[in-house]
This record gives sequence, C-alpha cells and structure tokens, in this order.
Amino acid sequence: MRVLFFSIIILMVSQTASAAAKIEHWQTPQGSRVYYVRTEGLPMVDVQVLFDAGSARDGEKFGLSALTAGLLDTGADGWDADTIADRFESVGANFGAGSSIDNASVSLRTLTDKPLFDKALATMQVILAKPRFAAADFEREKNRTLAGLKQEEESPGDLAKIAFYQALYGNHPYAHPDSGTLKTVAALTRDDVQQFYQQYYVAANAVIVIVGDLSKAQAEQTAESLVKNLPIGTKPPALPDVALPTKGTEQHIEFPSTQTHVLVGLPGTYRKDPDYFSLYVGNHILGGGGLVSKLFDEVREKRGLAYSASSAFVPLLRPGPFLVSLQTRNDQTPEALKVLHKTLADFIAQGPSETELKAAKQNITGGFAMRFDNNKKLSTYVGMIGFYELPLDYLDTFQANIDKVTIASITDALKRRVPLPLLQTVTVGKRAK
Amino acid sequence: MKHRILHTLLLCLPAFASHAEPKVAEKVLGNGLKVLVKEDHRSPVVVSQVWYKVGSSYEPNGITGISHMLEHMMFKGTDKHPAGEFSRIIAENGGDENAFTGRDYTAYFQTMAASKLAVSFELEADRMRHLHLLADELKKELEVVTEERRMRTEDNPQAKMSEQFSAMAFTSSPYKNPIIGWPVDIANYQVEDLQAWYQRWYAPNNATLVVVGDVETLKVFALAEQYFGGLQPSELKALKPQTESPQLGVRKMTVKVPAKLPSVVLGYKVPSLKTAGQEWEAYALEVLAGVLDGGSSARLSKELVRGKQLAVSAGAGYNFSSRLSDLFELEATPAEGKTVWELELELKKQITRLQQELIKKDELQRIKAQVLASAVYERDSNFYQAMQLGTLETIGLGWQKADEYVGKINQVTAEQVRDVARKYLLDDHLNIAYLEPQPINPATAQKKAVK
Repeated sequence: MRVLFFSIIILMVSQTASAAAKIEHWQTPQGSRVYYVRTEGLPMVDVQVLFDAGSARDGEKFGLSALTAGLLDTGADGWDADTIADRFESVGANFGAGSSIDNASVSLRTLTDKPLFDKALATMQVILAKPRFAAADFEREKNRTLAGLKQEEESPGDLAKIAFYQALYGNHPYAHPDSGTLKTVAALTRDDVQQFYQQYYVAANAVIVIVGDLSKAQAEQTAESLVKNLPIGTKPPALPDVALPTKGTEQHIEFPSTQTHVLVGLPGTYRKDPDYFSLYVGNHILGGGGLVSKLFDEVREKRGLAYSASSAFVPLLRPGPFLVSLQTRNDQTPEALKVLHKTLADFIAQGPSETELKAAKQNITGGFAMRFDNNKKLSTYVGMIGFYELPLDYLDTFQANIDKVTIASITDALKRRVPLPLLQTVTVGKRAK
Repeated sequence: MKHRILHTLLLCLPAFASHAEPKVAEKVLGNGLKVLVKEDHRSPVVVSQVWYKVGSSYEPNGITGISHMLEHMMFKGTDKHPAGEFSRIIAENGGDENAFTGRDYTAYFQTMAASKLAVSFELEADRMRHLHLLADELKKELEVVTEERRMRTEDNPQAKMSEQFSAMAFTSSPYKNPIIGWPVDIANYQVEDLQAWYQRWYAPNNATLVVVGDVETLKVFALAEQYFGGLQPSELKALKPQTESPQLGVRKMTVKVPAKLPSVVLGYKVPSLKTAGQEWEAYALEVLAGVLDGGSSARLSKELVRGKQLAVSAGAGYNFSSRLSDLFELEATPAEGKTVWELELELKKQITRLQQELIKKDELQRIKAQVLASAVYERDSNFYQAMQLGTLETIGLGWQKADEYVGKINQVTAEQVRDVARKYLLDDHLNIAYLEPQPINPATAQKKAVK
C-alpha cells in the first residue's frame, strides 16, 4: 500500500527545500554581530537583540538576569511603563524581554508600514539604551517574581526540574533556576540590576537578528540604531567548563501529588559539539520523536504507564542537560523507572537498528522544511546560529549532516557521553506506603 | 484543549492591498465531506486537519470525556493498518501529527512537506470509517488517559479550580463537564460505548477537511475526492439543544487544594457569536475583553497590577467562538498582603465602570490597531489559519466569519461596549470561585548515592 504513496505525484510543488534561507551577516560599527534574512509575502518583521547575559551570568545573585530583562519595559528615558505599553500596542507591535540560561533576549514583532515600524523601533531603541529601573518598578516586579517562585512550589514538575539541574551542575552557573530562588531574589537590589545591565547590555556583547520584509539597507539602519546608544563595552569571559558528576545519585522529594515526576540524566551536549548530530539522531530514536520513539513505545504504548515519556539533549554554550522524563501514578514509579533504565541501557548498548535509523533520518530530513516554514521559526533558528556562532550554512548543510550519522557513530557517541553509572535521578511525588 | 483562538483575524485592508489575503476555496463532496483549501506558497509545506463535529459538549452524563478517549483510540489501528502504524507512516514521511479535543470539536492534523499530502489523506480517510476498537488497546489507553488527567488536572491547583468552577457555573449546559471527563466516567468506558460514539459521529458528512499550505486548490479537491469520496455518509441524529437554564442569582464557591497562592475567578454568563441575538453583541464583548486584557496597556495590567498593585497577575477572557453560551471570565492573583476579596471588589468596579463610562477613543483605537496587526501576524502560521477555519466551520458558523472579523471589530462603538456590559455583566448571572490554598507539607528531599 505504501509504495503507492510515493508513486502518486499529485501535487507539482517546487521543491526548493535545499536552499534553506540566505543569512546575511555583518558587524555594526559598534561591534555588534548582525544576522539578517529577507522574507517576503507579509508586511512584518521580527527583530531580536540577544546578549550573553543569561542566568549563567547571575553569579551568586540567582534571578538577576531575569529580573533585569523583566524590568526593561517598565520605564525608559522620559516614559513610564504605561507609555511604553501604549507606544507598542497602539501600532499593534508585540514587544518582549526575557532571559534563559545562556542569553537575555529583547524582541519585537511589528508591521513594516513606515510610521508604525518607526514608532515601534524607536521605542525599542530607547528601552535598550536608557532603561530607568525606577525604585517603585523594581519593588513591584521583584514582588511579582517572588509570587511566581512561590507558585512553582505548587508544581511537582517545577520542583523536579530545579532539583535536577542542581544535581547535574553542582556549583556550575547552569545549576540554579533562571528565575532565581525566594532567598536570592528577596536579596536583590536596584544597584544589582543597574550594574548587571551596565556590564552586559553593551554593543560588543549584542547579537542582532532581523527576519522579515525589510531591505538590506533598512536592516542595516535598524541594526545600527538599536545599538548606537549603547556603550561598546566588552564581551564577558567564557563560562567555566562543565564537569560530569563524580557519582550517580537518586533524590526523592516528597510531595502530595497523585503522580510522581521522574527526571533522569546528565550534562549532555553543547552547540558546537562534534558529536552533536549523532546524539541528536540517536535521541530522536530513543525519545525525541514525538509519538514515535522507543521510550514512548515502551512506557506508554506497551504499558500505559504515562501520558508523556520522552528524552532530549538541550545543547547550550556549555553542555546542557540530557534528560529522560515521565510522570506516572505514584505507586507505579518503581516499575516506570525500571522500564526507563532498561530502555536507555539497551539503546546505549545496542544502538538503533538499520530500520530505525532509516526511519528517523526520513522523519528528520523529510520534515526539514517545517523547521523554518514561517517567520517566527526562522527567526528563532537565525538567532541560534548567530548567538552560538554556528556556520551561516548551518541550515543548508543540516540534512547532509543528518545523513552522515551511522549506527556506529550513535552508539559510540552515546557510550562516551552518557555514562550510565553517573546518571542523576530525581523523583517528586508521594511515596507508596 | 480549550482554545481562545479567535481573538483576532484576517482581512485585507487598503494599507495592505499589495499583500492581498489569499482566498479560501470550498467544495462539498457527494458524501457530505466539506473541503476547505487556502493556498500559502511561502514555504513548501502543508497542514491538513480533519475536524469532526463532536466534543465534550455533545456527551451525556456517564460517558463524559468519551470524545477525548476516542481521539486517543483513533491511533490504535484499522483493517489496513495495525495500532501504531498511522504514526509510524506519518513520521517516515517527514510529518508531524497529533490531535486535540475541545468542548465543540475533535480534530486530527498532520503537517508535512506539501508533496506528501496524499499520505495524510489516505490514512485519515481510512480511520474515518474503518477504526478497530479493541478491548486490550482500550485497557492500556485508559491508563494513559488517566495519567493525562492526573498531570493536567489532579496535580494542578488552577486547573482543578477551573474544573470545579465550570461545574458550579453551568446547570443544564454540557459546558459544566471537563473535556477530559470525570474520573468515574473515564474508569468505566466500555468498548461498546466507544463503538457507538464512533459510529454516531465519525462520518464524512459530519467532518470538515481543512488544508492550508503550498498546494493547488483544484488538485487538493481531486485528491480529497480520490481518498475520501468513496466513504459512506451516516444518517446524523440531531443533537439535543441542552441550552443553559437561566441563572437566578450569584453563585460562589471555595476550592481548597494544596497550593501556595490564592486566586479568584469571576464568570458572567454571556452569549457567543453563535448564540448572540444580534451579532454585534459578540464583537462588542470581544472589544470589551480587549479593553480589560488586550496587552500591557490594557486596564487590568495598568491599573490592578501596576497602578494599585493589588494583583501579581490579572486577566480577562471571552470565548467568542463557543458553540453554546459561555462565561466571560476575569481572574486575578493577589499581591502579597492583599486578599481575594479586595480583588473581587476591584474587578467588579472595573465592570461597573464599563457600564457607566464610555471607553476612551484611544482604547478603542488601540484594540483596532492590534486586531489589524494580528491579522497579518496570524498569516505567518498555516496551522493557525487552518484552526480558525476549522473552528468556525465546526461550531456551525461557517468559515466565512473569519473574513468578516476585522471589519466587524472596526464597526464596534464605545456605546456598544457599554451596552453589552450593561446587558450581560450582571450580578445575578455572576459566578465566583476562590482558591484557598491548603498547606503543602514542607518538601523533604532525600538524596543518596547509587552504587
């Protein structure tokens, strides 16, 4: 039956998937790196400015990066929060600022119709260069952050994630939650925020991403105007290396939930890792392939133990987590853990079959165009390529890199990178009595 | 599960004439299947969705959640393809797929390279009429759905409150039941129940096929005819109306669950676009929601979160595209040292103000500008566009409403916003729930080294 599908070519579609996207790259006079893709068809643009100023730069002040980003649009130059919100929303623009482990991002989605675009861009420019960090705004946003942190304590999933990162990263800056802890956020001051902003929100530390219906000349002007009022500054020093934990641990947090949340893993892979594609394809087969994967099959399809069961490598500047996760009824936890461990161990020992590898490659390369089939997704990809300084032809060579992966390269990479005796396990839920 | 997708929409206004909105094409096959196609050639991909007119609001007591259970069983095999093969074939062809159930619909989708559309059609047509419902598969999948309920509802204080709240607010309307179903009903589904539900609702004349992407309309129609055209239609029994009985006074409840933060939710009974006596009322309620919660410059953020600092978060929402009359909801979480009672009072004051004062010109302008911009942004996503068409068609309004949205919002006046506030946001039609946090035992962590 299936042969039939391939022989019927009903839709004569121009297959241009190989030419992914033409990324143009340059530096502003202030030294900010710019990445630009022209897309046509819709009169809109996505603009992002990324700084190497994520929670990994918090130092001891956990939550500082997130609070700094969150305060940006609460006042700048002569404008208060209400005025800033009015300026964006009156032209239908969407503005956002936030932080993750590796970076802080300030983003804008706007129409390209000139008066609308100009107003939105001018507002973003002032926010970047002259944030107020007023005392009243600082106190309010800090209190809102504290409320959010309290709310995390209601969630067994959030508690598990926090404990898991701590278990994996110990004293490394990746260990703490990006929004901080109740204790560290309560201790933050306005001065902390000012200093963090002054040190990291500088032109030399900025990556500008522009994807949308703007000409090259407009993109150049846009990029320059966004950073021209920032001091040039310097890039921060490289983050420390991640050391693997010295021994495996199992940690249980008692919580009055009906399910136990299970996380198992280790520090995994980083963006420029030579093993990246082998680990990516291997994980796709193990637990990354959505409704089709070994973990999904063993945990959910065969045994009905969980609604979701998956695994992922999260590549960062330094090795981000490799994590296997599921949630199951409290009393089934030992059984689910057993299935999880066996599935993982068998896969690392034996690797995928030829059929599995072929199916995974077909899924990844066949769905390649869907990775950046709209402005939003493309903008995210270009931001990643820019921030992590991946090759500009990363998307063009992606399929070839996937094709190169073999069973041997997968098992070799997994054996080296996922030493089973060192796995960190976190469970949060109610222990069966 | 419960989507508020129709907040904003599409229309080509003069400013964007050079980016003319692509047209939707419609064809009804001989067996009643409605096919909607919207071409978008920006990327060589396609999304294909099959929408069935059935969801939790179609369910009688005793089998609540059965539409969602059936959605899960739709991946469990047919005469031609054994359990799991559907997903495997889609994956091998580079596709992504899943399904979702709401109160008013059950929908299945694949996103694929545009050249693979036939793969999706063949499989969807097959399971529309030839599903195998097996007791063994049901037994396992029941466990999966029970885990899903634990994850989504049982261990989530806000979701738990929301479920209890709907159950109180509605009397005779099926919107009182959770989409995923009550635990006792989930535990007692029989294969015969699912078989009957499948037989009753899964037929070409109860479905809409929506295709958006890099395709040619006529070829999609031909392909739909080829794969779906031979399916037999069913004789559809009319759905009982189950309209909500009039509410005769305010209803209040307390929900006590292990949690850290209190919160309050207010819900007024209001019509949707489908049930509004006059259409403009629904568009005016949509604008009213935007006045309260259309971004950081809207009243709740500006006045409750920033100005008076009573709330750490506050929001309002209106389900414009519900099949039955629904709730206009306001919810808020108090700031440290403030109470849910203070917030309730403040939210009610906001409503009173909308009833007494006309909204300002710049507020109305801001909402219209946002709607216009969103109309462009939404065209960035094929999936979203397909969702809009599928939803409107499935609740019985017709996909054409999508094209009218921006224009109708533009016609809304400040007086109309005041009028719907006066007509519908009434104390006697109000429902209130307070989340009263119960202690979570201090988390005790035990750590040990292995081996």
